[in-house]
Amino acid sequence: MTRLNARIPEGSVANKWTNYKSACKLVNPNNKRKLDIIVVGTGLAGASAAASLGELGYKVKVFCYQDTPRRAHSIAAQGGINAAKNYPNDGDSVYRLFYDTIKGGDYRAREANVYRLAEVSNQIIDLCVAQGVPFAREYGGLLANRSFGGAQVSRTFYARGQTGQQLLLGAYSALSRQIALGNVTMFNRRDVLDTVLVDGKARGIITRNLVTGEIERHAAHAVVLASGGYGNVFFLSTNAMGSNVTPIWSAYKKGAMFANPSFTQIHPTCIPVHGDAQSKLTLMSESLRNDGRIWVPAKKSDVEKLRNQTIKPSDIPEADRDYYLERRYPAFGNLVPRDVASRAAKERCDAGFGVGRTGMAVFLDFADAIKRKGHDTIDKLYGNLFQMYEQIVADNPYETPMMIYPAVHYTMGGLWVDYDLMTTVPGLFALGECNFSDHGANRLGASALMQGLADGYFILPYTIGNYLAAEIHTPRFNPDATEFNFAAQAVTARLKQMKGSSGKESVDTFHRRLGKIMWEYCGMARNNDGLTNALSMIAELRHDYAKGVCIPGGLDEYNPELEKACRVADFIELGELMVRDAQQRKESCGGHFREEFQTNEGEALRNDDDFAFVAAWEYQGAETAAALYREALQFDEIKLSQRCYK
Amino acid sequence: MNFTLKIWRQKNAVAKGEMVTYAVSEISPDSSFFEMLDALNQQLITSGGDPVAFDHDCREGICGTCSLYINGRPHGPLKGVTTCQLHMRSFKDGDTIHIEPWRAKAFPIIRDLIVDRSALDKIIQAGGYVSVHTGGVPDANTIPVPHEKAESAMDAAACIGCGACVAACSNAAAMLFVGAKVSHLALLPQGKVEAAKRVQKMVACMDELGFGNCSNTYACEAECPKGISVVNIARMNRQFLAANLLSEREKVVNISL
Repeated sequence: MTRLNARIPEGSVANKWTNYKSACKLVNPNNKRKLDIIVVGTGLAGASAAASLGELGYKVKVFCYQDTPRRAHSIAAQGGINAAKNYPNDGDSVYRLFYDTIKGGDYRAREANVYRLAEVSNQIIDLCVAQGVPFAREYGGLLANRSFGGAQVSRTFYARGQTGQQLLLGAYSALSRQIALGNVTMFNRRDVLDTVLVDGKARGIITRNLVTGEIERHAAHAVVLASGGYGNVFFLSTNAMGSNVTPIWSAYKKGAMFANPSFTQIHPTCIPVHGDAQSKLTLMSESLRNDGRIWVPAKKSDVEKLRNQTIKPSDIPEADRDYYLERRYPAFGNLVPRDVASRAAKERCDAGFGVGRTGMAVFLDFADAIKRKGHDTIDKLYGNLFQMYEQIVADNPYETPMMIYPAVHYTMGGLWVDYDLMTTVPGLFALGECNFSDHGANRLGASALMQGLADGYFILPYTIGNYLAAEIHTPRFNPDATEFNFAAQAVTARLKQMKGSSGKESVDTFHRRLGKIMWEYCGMARNNDGLTNALSMIAELRHDYAKGVCIPGGLDEYNPELEKACRVADFIELGELMVRDAQQRKESCGGHFREEFQTNEGEALRNDDDFAFVAAWEYQGAETAAALYREALQFDEIKLSQRCYK
Repeated sequence: MNFTLKIWRQKNAVAKGEMVTYAVSEISPDSSFFEMLDALNQQLITSGGDPVAFDHDCREGICGTCSLYINGRPHGPLKGVTTCQLHMRSFKDGDTIHIEPWRAKAFPIIRDLIVDRSALDKIIQAGGYVSVHTGGVPDANTIPVPHEKAESAMDAAACIGCGACVAACSNAAAMLFVGAKVSHLALLPQGKVEAAKRVQKMVACMDELGFGNCSNTYACEAECPKGISVVNIARMNRQFLAANLLSEREKVVNISL
């Protein structure tokens, strides 16, 4: 247990961050110039961190696999960003945002980190406005807010349905300014394939230049990973095609513990799967649940008729519709948290009430809202989302209700970090979605953007100084040192080995197979037998992959199949760890629903006596199962209770 | 559905490229354009061929990575969508589809259909930001912004940086891209302070990087997947002129002092 020290500062939860900032060590400007920091990823967390560290005077190197930092997948976040501004005067406060986030996460997040997140949330909005982020505004010129799932106040700031895009472009502009000033050096089209440790501290990374295939070494005094989530382990998800686990997986294999890997968010409002050729899923923003009502037919005969297309959804009278979220959760209605809404959709579809060609969809209906607010208002609020839906599905949501189904969207698990956002490897930090820290077992809507920017703009710039203050006498590292040679050789050997496989099947074939196993057995509902089954299926897949994968092209050229091959190899290993994690957690909490542990009404049944802990896994080598460490979660501020949205 | 594809193949930046013909069959009309290309690549990989390289990432029309020139139009035949949001139902069964990379001096080819658009990053680095530091900014509601201004700024800020405007332009001009950023920031009080310097620096950088000039054909607006208006180019030109006049006047004042 001694290995996991979260290093939470003394004092009441409201004073911890203030106390920390007053006591943490500082690095003077002259010394900052002599310290190098590597940042991996240019999403909200990575770009904001790199820009802020550059502003402080550190020498920063930033890496992304995309052709430009502006394309990181934060760009696709639609709905909004939470903050405790209480501009609408509806009773919000830092404490309430903190409380909602802990409760929304089903009491599996660390109080101190979450309180700090709520505390800095307001500064994020101030900064973004100053950067020129065009948030939605009221006619009086002040900022507008809307409500989101899991909250009873309106605390979400937004820029149409493109909030992630606008916030990322804000961070990208700050980053661009630092690049122009020479404080930050940008490396585009690079895959980060390994983390390099020297004397037990993180001192660099090994990258592959995706254009030339060159294996490159980069050294620094500290390494910051902000490489995003690993939802693509399911093959089909709302993540970008390139989103991957590789940077944090390489860190895991070098000793950074991986926390709560099985905590996955399945988002309730996505466009249903159309067929076998499908390559990704598209999210419809949660903000739609503000005005859309979710329902399925109450009678199976109507389900049948819809499928035969003898009736249209609008032919079903009000009395024969089951607005199941409003029925089951009258207090929150269509705005229950994501995990609850997803499970409720699955329950209806499994019971045979699903709609659409496959029966795996429910209606999200705007007819009432259009009647109440008018076509124009709905168009202003959700126009781009309606357009997007129509483009994909070839159906007009103003006339027929949308069809939606849950899909993998976000991963709450990630590298274990302490209060400083440092992993169990000294000098290795993890920010944003790739750490585990703030969302417990379920993330509330509009909180991912908040966390990414909180970590990058307002937390890491303090906490990394606390670490680097002791490094001012360490000279710049030479990336030709033995440790770097060794790591680079290992990476090259791995690529050669993979390329040497004489198989016949494409990487995607195996990736799809992995995705099916994960979705079936480690998705929205899990049980012990299924998980045991999944373990042997993954072991078999791993074996088949090593023998049967076909990677065309060379190592020293632009080779997208080779990139995918590395990522999928890591996803297969990660899949196994996720299954083990889901298996050990013999309770249901948030997005982790074990069928054996539910209430009579089918709600998640937590076991706080035995499982109020963070599960942190330590790598033990390729042939040995990972070791489990537990960080007990202490709740001093908030009383644990069963989440109730009724 | 079945299609004949004529695709630009080019091994690397210096190799000579050519159009190569392929056939794909049994494609679902609900498949996206990239899912159709995925099917082609599957076919190529399993038959020992060389898969076609193309840029793509979010596949939901927002990251701006995708960049195909389809049947002579950036992002294909539909108005207001990116290649990744184009579905095969927009084509006829049996169609022959021509697929090429963006063609512009400032966007050199990397491989097949992939081009290097880092020139657009350089333009942003030249001044596409508000010079504020993290921390030390006023409360977000201190400066009211008229609703209409915020909306117009958002219209311009919706640019995804894909470069379709450059690819569509007969002069390979980046005026719409630059105009959108200049407008977005100049329309907001936060961006006004540096507006004059910003437009001068960004335009100078654009010229340096080999982008062409504007001859008002409006092809950029017609092909922009996000419907960015040429009004933004007009706004940039006005800003540019005003900034230059201002600096001329400053010179005169300086000399006379």
